[in-house]
Amino acid sequence: MKQFIGFLKKEFLHIFRDPRTMMIIFLLPIVQLLLFGKVINTDIQNSRIAILDQSHDNTTREITSKLVSSGYFVLGDELMPGDDVEDVFRKGKVKMVVTFGPEFEKSLERDGKADVQLLADASDPNTARILTNYASGIINDYVKKEKLQNLQLPNQINTEVRMLYNEGLKSVYMFVPGIMAMILMLISAMMTSISISKEKELGTMEVLLASPLKPIQIVLGKVTPYLLLSFINALTIILIGVFIFGVPIKGSFVFLMAESFLFIMMALSLGILISTVAPNQMVAMFISVLALMLPTILLSGFMFPIENMPLPLRILSHAMPPRWFIVIIKNIMLKGTGILFVWKETLILMFMTFVFIALSIKNFKIRLE
Amino acid sequence: MEKVIEVRNLVKKFGSFVANDHLNFDVYQGEIFGFLGANGAGKTTAMKILCGLSSPTSGEAKVASFDIYKETEKVKRNIGYMSQKFSLYEDLTVAENIRFFSGVYGISPADRKEKQDKLLKDLGLESARDSLIGSLPLGWKQKLAFSVAIFHDPKIVFLDEPTGGVDPITRRKFWDLIYEASDRGITVFVTTHYMDEAEYCNRVSIMNAGRIEALDTPENLKKQYSAKNMDEVFLKIARNVD
Amino acid sequence: MISIQHISKSYKEVQAITDISLEVQKGELFGLIGPDGAGKTTLMRILMTLLIQDEGTATMNGFDIIKDYKKIRNMVGYMPGRFSLYQDLTVEENLNFFATVFKTTVSENYDLIRDIYIQIEPFKKRLAGKLSGGMKQKLALSCALIHKPEILILDEPTTGVDAVSRKEFWEMLKNLQQKGITILVSTPYMDEAMLCNRVALMQKGKVLDIDTPRNLVDGYTRKLYAIRSNDMHRLILDLRSYEKTDSAYAFGQYLHVTGKDDEVEATEFENYLMRKNHEDLEVHDIAPTIEDVFMELLQDTIV
Repeated sequence: MKQFIGFLKKEFLHIFRDPRTMMIIFLLPIVQLLLFGKVINTDIQNSRIAILDQSHDNTTREITSKLVSSGYFVLGDELMPGDDVEDVFRKGKVKMVVTFGPEFEKSLERDGKADVQLLADASDPNTARILTNYASGIINDYVKKEKLQNLQLPNQINTEVRMLYNEGLKSVYMFVPGIMAMILMLISAMMTSISISKEKELGTMEVLLASPLKPIQIVLGKVTPYLLLSFINALTIILIGVFIFGVPIKGSFVFLMAESFLFIMMALSLGILISTVAPNQMVAMFISVLALMLPTILLSGFMFPIENMPLPLRILSHAMPPRWFIVIIKNIMLKGTGILFVWKETLILMFMTFVFIALSIKNFKIRLE
Repeated sequence: MEKVIEVRNLVKKFGSFVANDHLNFDVYQGEIFGFLGANGAGKTTAMKILCGLSSPTSGEAKVASFDIYKETEKVKRNIGYMSQKFSLYEDLTVAENIRFFSGVYGISPADRKEKQDKLLKDLGLESARDSLIGSLPLGWKQKLAFSVAIFHDPKIVFLDEPTGGVDPITRRKFWDLIYEASDRGITVFVTTHYMDEAEYCNRVSIMNAGRIEALDTPENLKKQYSAKNMDEVFLKIARNVD
Repeated sequence: MISIQHISKSYKEVQAITDISLEVQKGELFGLIGPDGAGKTTLMRILMTLLIQDEGTATMNGFDIIKDYKKIRNMVGYMPGRFSLYQDLTVEENLNFFATVFKTTVSENYDLIRDIYIQIEPFKKRLAGKLSGGMKQKLALSCALIHKPEILILDEPTTGVDAVSRKEFWEMLKNLQQKGITILVSTPYMDEAMLCNRVALMQKGKVLDIDTPRNLVDGYTRKLYAIRSNDMHRLILDLRSYEKTDSAYAFGQYLHVTGKDDEVEATEFENYLMRKNHEDLEVHDIAPTIEDVFMELLQDTIV
């Protein structure tokens, strides 16, 4: 036991003496989260729209003010009939043009029909789709509540759309679990694999191997500090998510932390596995980034929906641990579900952890070759 | 004789630590100049400055008659460098290494071809032209590394512990190459931990704690310190100062 | 204390060591002498249970190096060829760490390391990476000694270290030997062979000879001359082109020269060189050094 504590002490000294490690461990999670949450925000806010109102009646004015007061849109130009719409788009400031047909209110009240046209700048298709969705939602909503019931507007998606569990379609709800998975992968897997392979590279592993330390002591000594630090990180990310971005935790907090713990264990055992094959820090880093980070970002469903992927990638995504973890935390945080709904994903993660540990033990050498 | 290295009051400080404390020396053309000193005495620092890799804190120095502050590019063009650690690329062949270093020093392909043939012939390594450096015996590697370091006919070649860990015969064969280069007028500036090699130098400087404590021919140094050999001279200087 | 029998080891195609057998007695200071690539490190790693030999057996203090590897790791102190301490830990932290690894404390075994550690103690708060070469060696040796090993295995402890630190290091080894520790040390410096009780001269994975340095030197039967003049380079070239010269190598301020079949007299060399206009010529008999012996053995293996 004294041996083990001595080893831990040394590991913490390594970590605290290396500014780069400290930055990665403590600054990176926060910076990433703020970056994704604030800057690279795919939410629609204050998009500039132009209105071409051929009726100028109460209804069109009210719809316009609804759109503007939603917070998603700001009113740019008011266009006159005959203005070149394309020219407006070409100037690039306006993302969408809303055109009300002539006698809007009258025909709405008379026929239950009225013409409204949404022209969006689809050079950025994602934004265009979101904008038209929002706008039609707002128009629909207004007409339903304020005007005659069961009236239908042309050009409209008349189904009621409610975005369950994330009504504001806030992307931060998606990013918090995604970033948590990414950061935990990075710190747990990459940092442990680097710190073990560093000993190989600098030749200190040779001395450790030639000492009475058992391999399990070396591995546990290497892993424990990162387990602790990763756990602190998981906590930080969740706290930032809750208090800064207002992500709810509808389910059990303890359960959430327990699942995070499982994921960290999985990532740590993966890190050990990488270090058993990597002869030096560079290779460890390379494998970690290439084999862990990129798939985590690309294939876990965090950035790109898995359903839209081609079949081979979809199959491959099953092998990505973060995929399952993201499902689990989203369930716990946003839906408030318990183990009954995520037992399958939990078992998958446990199985992966088990496989990685078994492979690591098989690969770990008590000698130099 | 022409001075190829002139050093006047050269000082290099790292913070409050004085690595080189007012060095003064000249090295002449064609000379084999031994640069000795204990670990941490400041040899490497001085050598880096003379190679144009680092700027001194104060003082003056000229290498191949170029100023080391202002004309570092010209300095680099006129020197060769070889160390035990880095010499040639292990994963390139002999010819590829020569081509690479020729490119670095701007030797035209025609010149290179001619010089390369001569070099391989002189070293008796014609058969190894397309072998990877990594596959060659250590002794061959060293010969090649040295020949490549002086391939562009520099005025001075800096050798940083070129013979560490080499067997006694290969070590001596390496010194044959050094003598040949010196006969061709190339100045050789060499560091070593083998004290017998200090005897092969025309002149030797011994550094201690950032200062040059002694500089003379091995013969005179032995007289001055009434020592049997350079080993004793070295020990006397290092111990006296401590 | 250390018994090695017919050990061979190869990495892929490269034969690192071939059929090495040697015995190190208890309390002996035994040197493996040879250049890079002689197989010294491989042999030491096999003894340290870090590599497994392809053939042969070895025991240390009666324990088999494969079966009883755990016992050996407890009993032997090891200093690898590269500086293998934590550069980002201080002198003190390194020492404490290795003490706990070996389930002991610094104070418990302070006696053994005192003479060495006392020299670096003023710098105990300094990071190991910031120490000079000589001090690093002393720290590494202290760490290797912290668990009172019965056997000490040191892989090229003096490589890249200046002459003064080398001398000090060997004095420390002599002191440790006095305390009853068996020491196996490797070095590429031939002159250090004289400081060992017995040495094995190694080249290209083979042992060329094993004996006391004295016997090795005495066993050198060739007639050796020391020759010098005021132009050493020309001297060496002239001697090599002389038909009666067998070998001529620089040894410090002299050349060591042997004649064909050892039948060449000093005067013959002298006359020949006078004809070549060498000034300040000096030719005399000289006793061989271990390096002469080694070079002679190398010549034999090349032929």
